[in-house]
Amino acid sequence: MEWKEILTRLLKNKLSLFGLIIILFFVLVAVFAPYLAPPRSPDEAYEIPRAGWQVEPQPPREGYPFGTAQGSYDIFYGMVWGTRTAFRIGVIVVGLSSFIGISIGTLSAYYGGKIDEFFMRITDVFMSIPFLVAAMVLTTILGKGLDNVMIALVTFGWMSTARLMRSQVLEIKNEEFVQASIALGASDPRIIFKHIIANCIFPVLIQAFMRMGSMVITASALSFLGVGAPEGYADWGQMITFARDWILGGQGSALKYWYTVVIPGAAIMFFSLSWNLLGDAFRDILDPKLK
Amino acid sequence: MLGREFKKNYIYYTRKESYELLNYIIRRFLILPFILFGVTVLVFSMIMMLGPYQRLSTYINDPAQLKGQDMDELVAKYGLDDPWYEQYGRWIGGVAQGDFGWSESAGQPVSEAIFSRFPATLELAVFAVIPVIMGGIWLGVLSAVHHNQKFDHIIRIISTIGWSFPTFVFGLMVLMIFYGVLGWFPPGRLGADAAAIVRSAEFASYTGLNVLDGILNLEFGVVLDSFRHLIGPIVTLAIVWWSYILRITRSSMLETLRKDYIRTARAKGVAEKFVINKHARRNALIPVVTVAGPMVLGLLGGVVIVESVFGYRGIGQYAAQAAQQLDYSGILGVAMYFSFLLILINLIVDVSYAVIDPRIRLE
Repeated sequence: MEWKEILTRLLKNKLSLFGLIIILFFVLVAVFAPYLAPPRSPDEAYEIPRAGWQVEPQPPREGYPFGTAQGSYDIFYGMVWGTRTAFRIGVIVVGLSSFIGISIGTLSAYYGGKIDEFFMRITDVFMSIPFLVAAMVLTTILGKGLDNVMIALVTFGWMSTARLMRSQVLEIKNEEFVQASIALGASDPRIIFKHIIANCIFPVLIQAFMRMGSMVITASALSFLGVGAPEGYADWGQMITFARDWILGGQGSALKYWYTVVIPGAAIMFFSLSWNLLGDAFRDILDPKLK
Repeated sequence: MLGREFKKNYIYYTRKESYELLNYIIRRFLILPFILFGVTVLVFSMIMMLGPYQRLSTYINDPAQLKGQDMDELVAKYGLDDPWYEQYGRWIGGVAQGDFGWSESAGQPVSEAIFSRFPATLELAVFAVIPVIMGGIWLGVLSAVHHNQKFDHIIRIISTIGWSFPTFVFGLMVLMIFYGVLGWFPPGRLGADAAAIVRSAEFASYTGLNVLDGILNLEFGVVLDSFRHLIGPIVTLAIVWWSYILRITRSSMLETLRKDYIRTARAKGVAEKFVINKHARRNALIPVVTVAGPMVLGLLGGVVIVESVFGYRGIGQYAAQAAQQLDYSGILGVAMYFSFLLILINLIVDVSYAVIDPRIRLE
């Protein structure tokens, strides 16, 4: 099955087509952010502008299509620029942690023996602290802020990829084409890159798709818990922090401030959903029997 | 080779002798000290990222010790400028005695703060885990049995959405609708009336679990009130983890239903209900056991979020509070505590998996 065929199938499948459309939508929003929500100054594009000094959230109105959150922060602006933040977190965290995971998994499985034992015990140790708690601790120690959240997520986010990659390489290592190239005297790097990684990258790719969503969810959860993005930074999780004190509404209507939680919540949900749909469809294509 | 199957960790091996099982269990226990050592080194290296003054908080047991003291003297006294291995030795000695330092955010030693909140978290975990696992398995089996029918499609869509839903957003929405609008499930752990009963002298605290204590004290108002407060957090945790277990059960069940022995059973005329419940489900559940480890990992993280969303005073809420207030010793103590718990649970899972499934790869 070649790339082209995979793409055709992804486009034919309703669910993955839906996922692709949502991703495309978010990409467009991220690319055209400066036009959709022009920043007051280009240096402070990620600072959400405030409509005034009112503490109470205000419903959608002229000029503020999604309303304003606690402290009169413009929700629309935060959503638009938050899309860039989400992609930045997703791509950097998933990219780096997958790279570490693939390297460690491949090296342990390919060389086996003591190297394998060493790397796998390190993996076990890193997996012994609950992911969210570990990320919280490291972010707290490094200091609050998105960059440190990303460092923490990469530090504690590579283990599942390493394990998956290891099991894949173990299976493929003994296949004839690998044995043949060993017999022909190919160098280790050539075998690893040309034959092994190229042939077991797909399950890792599926996992990476799934992790795009979950990493953005975790990063926003850290912001929500108060160790992520600083107040007023265009980040979806941080936007929901604004909703926290207003969740029970007031004056006759419990749903008075629904827009403060539903809008950013929906953005995170759809972002994660689209990657999950894509990952699901990918897996169905590669392994039709589990459909 | 692009079409290579996405293989599952489902391995067919020849039957191993029982001494190999014993071998495996012994080996698994031998790894334990290394893992424990590794985790303490990992946590300690995070402590070492802090400056000496900040590290002081993980050694002090009472802020009174700091009064009228010169900070540099204290740093020298606790040896915070010593080489790291000496500091590690001292630190691990304290940890072994359950001493994690003074928690600024709780206003008490870390170990006391954790200990006093443990029953609340245990109560939440106990009541959450059972519906999550049973419900997830039940839905997964049902979905597989109705493969590609309407029911299956609906379940799949709901589970994909549920899996994509951030726990804290879902929790806030539960709070908004079921407390704000309907007034059914309030946040916190107990209402004012029930809390007064629990605090009163006549109410004996046997376990710290309000539901259990309520039953033992024959105070059914407390039991009811505890449940009212537990339902919100449980539903929130359940939605996410149902989707997870459901998916694994479903694909494992589908695979099992295609096996020859199932076809044989059906051909023999065994009732369909019997085929599914006795022949297929038991075997399909084996892979579900393997994900118990990652699930506990995720659940412990979920507990932190859910507890802070619902203002439920447990260890998770304490962790979030400590992180927010830069209470280093508090958050590190929780991390150590959760890791010990996780290591223990993983050990139980691994050993029971090896016992259940003789085909397990004995590495």
